[in-house]
Amino acid sequence: MQVSSPDHLVEIREICKDAFKRQKRRFLVCAGTGCVLGGAMEVYDEFKRLLEERGYPVDVELFFEGQETEAGVGISGCHGFCQKGPLVRFEPKGVFYTHVQVKDVAEIVTASLDTDTVVERLLYENQDGSRSVTEEEVPFYSNQQRVVLAHCGHINPEDIREYIAIGGYQALADCFAKYTPEEIIDIVTRSGIRGRGGAGFPAGVKWASARKASGEPKYVVCNGDEGDPGAFMDRSVLEGDPHSVLEGMTIAAIATGARYGYIYVRAEYPLAVDRLKIAIAQAKEYKVLGDDIMGTGFNFDIYIFQGAGAFVCGESTALVRSIEGFRGMPKVLPRPRTTEVGINDKPTLLNNVKTFGYIPQIITRGPEWFASMGTKNNTGTAVFALTGKIINSGLIEIPMGITLREIIFDIGGGITAGQEFKAVQTGGPSGGCLPNELLDMQVDYDSLVSVGAMMGSGGMVVMDHGTCMVDVARYFLEFTVNESCGQCAPCRVGTHQMLKILEDITQGRGKPSDLDLLEELGKAIVKGSICGLGNTAPNPVLSSLRYFRSEYEAHIHAQSCPALYCKEFIAYYINPNKCCEPCHLCQEACPTNAITARWRKTPEIQQDKCIKCGICIDVCPDNYRAITKVTGQQRLNLLEFGRPGRS
Amino acid sequence: MSEIDIEVGLKNVFARYKGATNELIPILQDTQETFGYLPEEAMKGIAAFIRIPESHVYGVATFYEQFYFTRRGKHEIKVCYGTACHVKGATRVVETFERELGISHGETTEDYEYSLERVACVGACALAPVVVVGKKVYGNVAPGKVKGILNKD
Repeated sequence: MQVSSPDHLVEIREICKDAFKRQKRRFLVCAGTGCVLGGAMEVYDEFKRLLEERGYPVDVELFFEGQETEAGVGISGCHGFCQKGPLVRFEPKGVFYTHVQVKDVAEIVTASLDTDTVVERLLYENQDGSRSVTEEEVPFYSNQQRVVLAHCGHINPEDIREYIAIGGYQALADCFAKYTPEEIIDIVTRSGIRGRGGAGFPAGVKWASARKASGEPKYVVCNGDEGDPGAFMDRSVLEGDPHSVLEGMTIAAIATGARYGYIYVRAEYPLAVDRLKIAIAQAKEYKVLGDDIMGTGFNFDIYIFQGAGAFVCGESTALVRSIEGFRGMPKVLPRPRTTEVGINDKPTLLNNVKTFGYIPQIITRGPEWFASMGTKNNTGTAVFALTGKIINSGLIEIPMGITLREIIFDIGGGITAGQEFKAVQTGGPSGGCLPNELLDMQVDYDSLVSVGAMMGSGGMVVMDHGTCMVDVARYFLEFTVNESCGQCAPCRVGTHQMLKILEDITQGRGKPSDLDLLEELGKAIVKGSICGLGNTAPNPVLSSLRYFRSEYEAHIHAQSCPALYCKEFIAYYINPNKCCEPCHLCQEACPTNAITARWRKTPEIQQDKCIKCGICIDVCPDNYRAITKVTGQQRLNLLEFGRPGRS
Repeated sequence: MSEIDIEVGLKNVFARYKGATNELIPILQDTQETFGYLPEEAMKGIAAFIRIPESHVYGVATFYEQFYFTRRGKHEIKVCYGTACHVKGATRVVETFERELGISHGETTEDYEYSLERVACVGACALAPVVVVGKKVYGNVAPGKVKGILNKD
């Protein structure tokens, strides 16, 4: 099929809709990275096998020939609830199964198709022990507002006909039939959408400046170099709904007059690359991409560029250098805007994956609809990868302006059992750690910056009291030191020095003057670096110094790591009152034979042999939990007297 | 690897390209795919093919994390070092692998059986800590599971 004119799309949509209606019921297996790791493809194969055994045609092509089938099976993109994977959805009832394994498939098929029941034990279990039948009932989803993720998990990302059936490419048809490029830019501007890459530059302004810039051919680049550790939003959109991104980019091409597009994808995302290749090929086949799009004479091609692993390439001028075949180093200041001098020195519009993903819906549902979500200067929704020490890990989408508490406790379900909330890190290596006192703060671009953090691309890592804030700061600095391109001294030398001081503090060589020095260095690096990487690199240190200074001080003054994390400051101890004595599991597991026991005595840890790997705690049975970590004075007592208490 | 092997391998790679400067990174990626790493001779060949200085090829290749310049082990162990994994104990997992294999991260065992690496986020944070061995991914890896993972391969 080919879309021969913008009006013709309506006809094709009806064909697709009718075809999918012929499949009365179907099982959708999540094929996002998380679920595939958990065995989703094997689950899919088992569904296919069982349905074929029943004589149901599962081949989608057959529906297009007008055949009916009782039930089918398909794959979908990421549902976002990766922790519960592999996930399976049964349509049209919307039954939502979690942790599905191959052995469960037969039971699900029988319940769904024969007895019209559900498999209770695979439904999501709420905290009160009750079960949620549909996805919408699960608290993780019911508190979200899904816009850019709306289709992820509901359509097959490898079949353009499903995207068309739910109204896909209508926005593109509208842009050809109803709007001039200026009107498209006006719609984007009025929606108030800000770039979803993290800095939040107004997209409409960028589009207008790319349109105005002179030079041919112009380029549209989709930035999928999602390098923040702890973030996977862009990957999920590319994997789960690739056509929305292609459509958004093509609309941007009409608006700016671009001829070529690039999608820059991280090398670590092979599935996203595969899905994009399929999507691009299908879009060309349907004439919604490539030459003479929808018979309008408009040409636009999209190429995939696989990044080779460099965090700094998320910066626009560095990304452009990388596409051109050079080291990905940001241009030195003063640098012209990429919208004027980009790829091959031609005007280049560069936006994040999600920014493009929102565009089709902004066009079809109108800018007012988008602006009605969120707050005044922060319209729309935000997508976060909620991870760390939290009950419900996964991908979430919420209206801008809701509070951290709502995100962490209502959607995330709170902190992992037996622990307490300590901090939440947003914005990755460019962001900051926020404490308990800020939980009721609104989440949007401006509020986060005002407290020393950053929206970033959307990683949100929750930490409990077992996480050492000094070590987290050290971790991020280690990351930035590795990723600094080395061009400007404040970033190259400054972050290195900050890292050395942090290593000293976490390894017991900290000095009282270190904290002031860290602050001084941090402020200088923020001011003196030439690109966003350096400008924000000290944030994790500066924000944790601001909110968790006492933890730094404990390391320096009291030889203590309150989180019981930093090895230099902790020791392991077996409590004789709790130990069951004869099990010896810890003794067998200890890799350095540091645990010894005399006959019928509590085993003891030889502190000089202990490498503090923690395996003994892992193997000690839950009903004893006899092994604990101690720090500070207790550790000194243990080393001197053989027990943490003095008496 | 003999020079002839490299020549043949490179020829196959070059057949897919025109030799433009902006193809350098894809060519390096394909070359690494072919040989498992970037042999010195291959980088010289690439420089000649694109007609750019060898220093340019070397400069670009060393800039990006993805490229290796020495032979890799049969099993490549990648321990995710993203924030979520770090918070959930990735450091202890790396240390356990280092101890079991007798190498530091970034190194390859003498028998070329294993390479050990810390990698930036693989994006499976809900399963943290994550370890990738070849194409197989292990989630919720505790130090105690490390021996089991090594015995499987």
